[in-house]
Amino acid sequence: MKLHTLAAALAFGLCILSALSQANAAEDRSIRSFKVQVPQAALEELRRRIAETRWPDRETVDDQSQGIQLAKLKPLVEYWGTGYDWRKAEAKLNTLPQFMTTIDGVDIHFIHVRSKRPNALPLIMTHGWPGSVFELLKTVGPLTDPTAHGGRAEDAFDLVLPSMPGYGFSGKPTETGWGPDRIAQTWAELMKRLGYTSYVAQGGDWGSPVSSAMARQAPTGLLGIHINLPAVVPPEIAAVLAVGGSAPTGLTDKERAAFDALSAAAKMGNRSYATMMGTRPQTIGYAINDSPAGLAAWMLGHPGFSRWTYDNSDPEKSPDEVLDDITQYWLSDSATSAGRLYWEYGGRSVVFAAVERTLEIALPVAITVFPEETYLAPETWARRAYPNLIYFHEVDKGGHFAAWEQPELFSAELRAAFRPLRQDF
Amino acid sequence: MSTASPAPNRRDFLATSATALLATSAGAAAFNFTSSQPTAAAEASSIRPFTVSFPQEEIDELRRRIAATRWPERELVSEAASRRTSATLAAGDTQGVQLATMQKLIQYWGTEYDWSKCEAQLKSLPHFVTEIDGLDIHFIHVKSSHQGALPVIITHGWPGSVIELLKVIDPLTNPTAHDGTAADAFDVVIPSMPGYGFSAKPTQPGWDPVRIAKAWTVLMKRLGYNRFVAQGGDWGALITEQMALMAPPELIAIHTNMPATIPPEIVRALAAGSPPPADLGPDEKRAYEQVAFFYKFGLGYANEMALRPQTLYGLVDSPAGLASWILDHDADSYALIARSFDGEPEGLTRDDILDNITLYWLTNTAISSARLYWEHRQTAKAGFFDAKGITIPVGVSANPSEIYTAPKSWTERAFPKLLHYGHPPKGCHFAAWEQPKYFTDDVRASFKTLRTA
Repeated sequence: MKLHTLAAALAFGLCILSALSQANAAEDRSIRSFKVQVPQAALEELRRRIAETRWPDRETVDDQSQGIQLAKLKPLVEYWGTGYDWRKAEAKLNTLPQFMTTIDGVDIHFIHVRSKRPNALPLIMTHGWPGSVFELLKTVGPLTDPTAHGGRAEDAFDLVLPSMPGYGFSGKPTETGWGPDRIAQTWAELMKRLGYTSYVAQGGDWGSPVSSAMARQAPTGLLGIHINLPAVVPPEIAAVLAVGGSAPTGLTDKERAAFDALSAAAKMGNRSYATMMGTRPQTIGYAINDSPAGLAAWMLGHPGFSRWTYDNSDPEKSPDEVLDDITQYWLSDSATSAGRLYWEYGGRSVVFAAVERTLEIALPVAITVFPEETYLAPETWARRAYPNLIYFHEVDKGGHFAAWEQPELFSAELRAAFRPLRQDF
Repeated sequence: MSTASPAPNRRDFLATSATALLATSAGAAAFNFTSSQPTAAAEASSIRPFTVSFPQEEIDELRRRIAATRWPERELVSEAASRRTSATLAAGDTQGVQLATMQKLIQYWGTEYDWSKCEAQLKSLPHFVTEIDGLDIHFIHVKSSHQGALPVIITHGWPGSVIELLKVIDPLTNPTAHDGTAADAFDVVIPSMPGYGFSAKPTQPGWDPVRIAKAWTVLMKRLGYNRFVAQGGDWGALITEQMALMAPPELIAIHTNMPATIPPEIVRALAAGSPPPADLGPDEKRAYEQVAFFYKFGLGYANEMALRPQTLYGLVDSPAGLASWILDHDADSYALIARSFDGEPEGLTRDDILDNITLYWLTNTAISSARLYWEHRQTAKAGFFDAKGITIPVGVSANPSEIYTAPKSWTERAFPKLLHYGHPPKGCHFAAWEQPKYFTDDVRASFKTLRTA
């Protein structure tokens, strides 16, 4: 390791270590407050690397079919190395109460915002890949302080936003086995440690299998979940998709549309990133941990970003929005460790009901379908997949990163979805 | 290229390339084309000498980047599991190229490794460039001193280059110095595929294996060869097989060390994810299992390049990223390469590996080469290993450590005019590079009977 990298890593580690040093690591169940303070040297090193980016030639097509287009990536990376200011992102995190606690041997970073409202419903929300807690930050206000955002006082949540193991400022597992099931167990322990005896869980992307695993495990206190990337694809449809077959007869219009979307996504290769990380996360890790442009391109290769333009045409999808997320991956050296979650899952898709064992979920499940999601879950399939579906709603705006793209609408959905569970609370 | 359209002026091309290189990257390689001064009347089809040369600052810049490598943490699986070959590898054994191997590679690459030796070796060979179908194609062309030498065009693959073929040039062109007779002599033509090595990078889509195969026939005819053979492994095998399918009258036979032999009913069973059919013999069953495993767990890199090659920006910006990507081709060659960095060089040395990786780096071809997977996917009618209906004579090497070892039964079915079924005692995917002697033996044996014609 180069000295400057080492120095940066050490200095960066210090902010965690200083919190850790107060307690005995072995039996430590303490919850330590945490602030993000990235050393200036790490930021300068990042800018230096960005300035020295060595580019390939342009793709040979005029569309996104060969991947992230050079003309789309280059301005973003150039802005990253000149105009972008990580300190603003850091400030966004540090205005919120952040903590660290060690569970199952891994340091878990989380944001914990308690509502000022009495009887707020505790909610643990899980981000995905290539996301992070950044994709959820804009929902903090609407969820914890609903009256300031068009909601009612009785819709308030206490919000817990953890970084998954291997992601962001959480620790990196040093052994295999950290799949969604184990993360789910960890989240249950986290909520218990926070003193919550009744709570709900939510997630999209990887947050969906994590939340679903929690619902399947049904830890004491968990009342139900809301997911925005549900696993509703029935086994017989999954089988057809696996071999690239044509649509079975007898599908409703919405089922047919979902089948076509999944089939087209497979044919267009939208999951190639998942296949790579599902089999060889370490191999791609060397490039994306060493090259800022490489990391940015790899993350933006997620189909959830395909409609993002990385300009200022949509304030919810600004260059700063994606760069906050990408920069956090860079500064926390978590490109490789985050990719391992795909490996843990064997590269399988998280939208197949059988893979997710949805029939084993007895707890209440709520689903919102956002129109620009990678596929639109039909209600018929959702009812088959989740025996206790308490809420199903199709909304008119938003995509894969629903909380990021449409925080107000997303929050309104959570209020509506969880309202029936508050009586049990 | 249409004869009606004016041939692009060579000087204009160079100027454009130079500008593009300067504009795209300070780290991009600058080739030294020392071809004779083009004139306005110069034919695009002219064959121009080419000299390999990279400025020292490119080498210095590479070393600087190597020294600044920013590492991920170690993989979470054991070394033993990571090194398993296809015979025992199971799902979940490997997470990819090991950190320890990469750190040894990077340490050596950034300090002791000397590119100038490779450059000198390349310079000792006759290199040429000629424009075919609008693209400058680089090739090495070594004529045998023996009369009646059989011309052969040998095509490299990914992640290979002309470097993987250098060890067989002398045995093939100068057989009497390598356990052969004058009657075993070949004239050898070794092109760099479009987007690879010193060939130009296509700027438009369409350069799939079929188009490359057509270009190779043009190249051989341009060199004055009207009766020749072709050879290849990896993409080279696919391109050579495409040449055989086109069967131009000048092409009398091919040899492949990655033969596509899988019969149609087995292709269907593999696609359905079925267990090996019960009636398979032991060699067939092993081949079936090898291919099934490779398709399921070993194709991530190929999949990514076939679907999103441009997204791999990190490979041209990070030497470590490029090296790991190139090392992770198949389990058996990876295990062999990893051992060479542990100090146990077998067929491939550390320098062999790094010569090839350095060539990819200096020519900035990681992504342009990856596009061949994308191109193939646009037009391919069959899988890599599926038998394709070749009717001209074919010689085969079925290497024991290849991605799959083609069973003799399937090989005989796939190639009705089978000249030779070689089964060397040793050899991985990079047969000519790792086992040049066995490779040469098989190539000689394959074409022996055609010499008298």
